[in-house]
Amino acid sequence: MSNEIAVQHGVASHEVHEHHDGHHHHETFITKYVFSQDHKMIAKQFLITGIIWAIIGGLMSVLFRIQLGYPEATFPWLEDIFGHWAKDGKIQPEFFYALGTMHGTILVFFVLTAGLSGTFANLLIPYQIGARDMASPFMNMLSYWFFVLASIILLSSLFVQTGPASGGWTVYPPLSALGDASQGSKIGMDLWLVSLAMFVVSSLLGGLNYVSTILNMRTKGMTMTRMPLTIWALLFTAILGLLSFPVLFSGFILLLFDRHLGTSFYLSDIVLGGNILPNEGGSPILYQHLFWFLGHPEVYIIILPTMGLVSEVMSINARKPIFGYMAMIASMFAIALLAFLVWAHHMFVTGMNPFLGSVFVLLTLLIAVPSAIKVFNWLTTLWRGNIRFTPGMLFCVGFVSMFISGGLTGIFVGNSTLDIHLHDTYFVIAHFHIVMGVSAFMGMFAGVYHWFPKMYGRYMNNTLGYIHFWVTLICAYVIFWPMHYEGFAGMPRRYYDYSGWESFKHFVELNRVISFAAIVSFLVQLLFVFNFFYSIFKGRKVTTLNPWNANTLEWTTPINPGHGNWPGEIPEVHRWAYDYGKDGKDFIPQTEPVSKDESTH
Amino acid sequence: MTVERKKIHPYKFSLWLGLAGIIMMFAGLTSAYIVKRSQPGWESFTLPKIFIYSTLVILVSSVTVQVALKAFRERLMAKYRLFFAITAALGLLFISMQIIGFYQFHASGKRMIGLGSNPAYSFVLAIAGLHIVHILGGLVALSIVFFKAFGRKTRNYDVVPVELIATYWHFVDILWVYLFVFFSLLH
Ligand code: HEM
Ligand SMILES: [Cu+2]
Repeated sequence: MSNEIAVQHGVASHEVHEHHDGHHHHETFITKYVFSQDHKMIAKQFLITGIIWAIIGGLMSVLFRIQLGYPEATFPWLEDIFGHWAKDGKIQPEFFYALGTMHGTILVFFVLTAGLSGTFANLLIPYQIGARDMASPFMNMLSYWFFVLASIILLSSLFVQTGPASGGWTVYPPLSALGDASQGSKIGMDLWLVSLAMFVVSSLLGGLNYVSTILNMRTKGMTMTRMPLTIWALLFTAILGLLSFPVLFSGFILLLFDRHLGTSFYLSDIVLGGNILPNEGGSPILYQHLFWFLGHPEVYIIILPTMGLVSEVMSINARKPIFGYMAMIASMFAIALLAFLVWAHHMFVTGMNPFLGSVFVLLTLLIAVPSAIKVFNWLTTLWRGNIRFTPGMLFCVGFVSMFISGGLTGIFVGNSTLDIHLHDTYFVIAHFHIVMGVSAFMGMFAGVYHWFPKMYGRYMNNTLGYIHFWVTLICAYVIFWPMHYEGFAGMPRRYYDYSGWESFKHFVELNRVISFAAIVSFLVQLLFVFNFFYSIFKGRKVTTLNPWNANTLEWTTPINPGHGNWPGEIPEVHRWAYDYGKDGKDFIPQTEPVSKDESTH
Repeated sequence: MTVERKKIHPYKFSLWLGLAGIIMMFAGLTSAYIVKRSQPGWESFTLPKIFIYSTLVILVSSVTVQVALKAFRERLMAKYRLFFAITAALGLLFISMQIIGFYQFHASGKRMIGLGSNPAYSFVLAIAGLHIVHILGGLVALSIVFFKAFGRKTRNYDVVPVELIATYWHFVDILWVYLFVFFSLLH
């Protein structure tokens, strides 16, 4: 059936012949490396673009942590680099806000959404379901180039006179709607909106393709319930994106109207610089609804793919079937569904009707149930496994650890009563960095270390990988654990300098420790980047088809597959992906027919 | 090599998914509208008459695109081209009428933008304006397919692009009808 589909849909019409070997069409440098339509190449493009963004975004956090850790000190070299943004060697307030805003935007959208989904959806969907490419390779390419366009626009906003957007990654109006309200609300804000609009287009093009490919182009025998959990996770992710990004888009459109056409969707009763503005009848809360209707699903758009990656890598390296495969799917489904019903937990303190608030508390706490099921399943997968501690596996364990820590604090902030105290404090910062930021990065690293051999035909260096893991894990806890205490003490997020506040003065030294750990963890990420690029060219070569002894289809392709992935026919699938340690066999690939005397799972 | 046709074509499938996304976008906007309407400061309105006529125009264009599709399936290329062109023309007419409608609305004192504008009217412009953008997108796709049919040396009877456009066109048509009814009932 798979072949028929490839023929019928002209996915890659040159691949229709049964004995096609994937190499005899001509590729120039441009079509192979730049405007590539090959899912594997597009995956690498997304990954490397994401890495570049991660370095930029990470560096920004180092800069604002310098201010937070050393509010009194001056660093003349900062002025040499950033000019008036760091006058007298001190990061200026405007610069500080811009850094925070850009850090959030870049990491949430450009790295953990596009960089993550873009990489692994493109890499794994065709490989693991047994397809020669995406449903529409062309749209797939467009998706990447819209991402590049969004990137260029955002990058350019860093260099305009008044600086980039600086009202926080959520760009709440009225601050973001009024050009006169701050430096960052001028042209930088417009560039931000246009960039994000392009970003939405890119995600939609990508998401359409992912869903359509998964549902339509599976190879023979690859029923839905034989799909690896990575694919399930990517499917739910794409659906979430498809349904929530357009809502964000409409929120942006109204914001653009308010900025440029003098409308009052979000504006009412505002006094700016002593002048009463004419805008009447709008409500900034409306924006928050539109934003968080995307914003909450967005956090699951970030974490779901890594849940898939972790389940897969963990099962392979524990040499055990994933525990509760169906429960994993069901809980991802529940998470995806509930993700749409909890957005108002970001708005408990906006004067919401307390009864409505309690409904959202209930729904929010409900999400903890499927999350806990997943955690339980990962732990039971590890339990008594023959664990191979590869760097990928270590990052899986790290992921679970982080996800537990951050999930528990979710239950705190999910209480509307507790949230009155905790909202907009460092507690929230700690919560989401642990549960989303660090967890997602850990899952992504697990994926990169694990699939690197498939991407480049070489291994990454293990020793560097171990150093990377341990330093990252320790730093993550040193950075974010203390933030919970700061939050309990009421220390608000987004402030420029805490040393002048009687209540927060005593945190100055703690902040210094956090900043120090942040810098160390940034440096160790550079070690990863070095390892990554060095290994592309100089890493140990892969010599066997299936280096991890894994069951999934990507390991049945040649070590360096051409366009079309399999030189001959696409293999047929006979079983699920998790037959590890079954009937005394270490592993049974999905392509192996079920023998008569085999036990059923 | 047999070609089985039992599954839905992936492009069509993608189109349906894309339409779901568009629905979400308008659902977001119209629910924002509903919430706003229940708050103080809302001013109710009736749309200018011209929007009724534009609704008729877009409805007719749905018929013509269907005729074009049928003609294409029967390989009546001249007829197909004619009706495709009519559809495009109706699309343009629709857009012009919408824009005239906006001006009339604005001129009748219901300011949609600028000083003294009321969110109620601004919503009409934002939502109907966004809808126009979607019609424009349809027109672009339509022209591409239309001119490709001329450009090819070999005749191309691939019906999929035409089907995709017809589906999309019906969708933006229904979408407008929905919006029109919505504005008329919840003004
Ligand atoms: C155990 C389930 C979880 C619950 C009950 C929960 C609850 C909450 C609540 C109530 C807030 C708002 C706090 C406030 O602003 O006062 C919040 C913030 C946040 N959560 Fe969670 N959360 C959970 C898991 C997650 C996960 C898995 C992610 C991401 C993968 C995540 C990402 C975020 C982010 C990004 C924010 C803050 C956004 C911002 O204000 O900038 N949460 N969470
Ligand atoms: Cu949330």
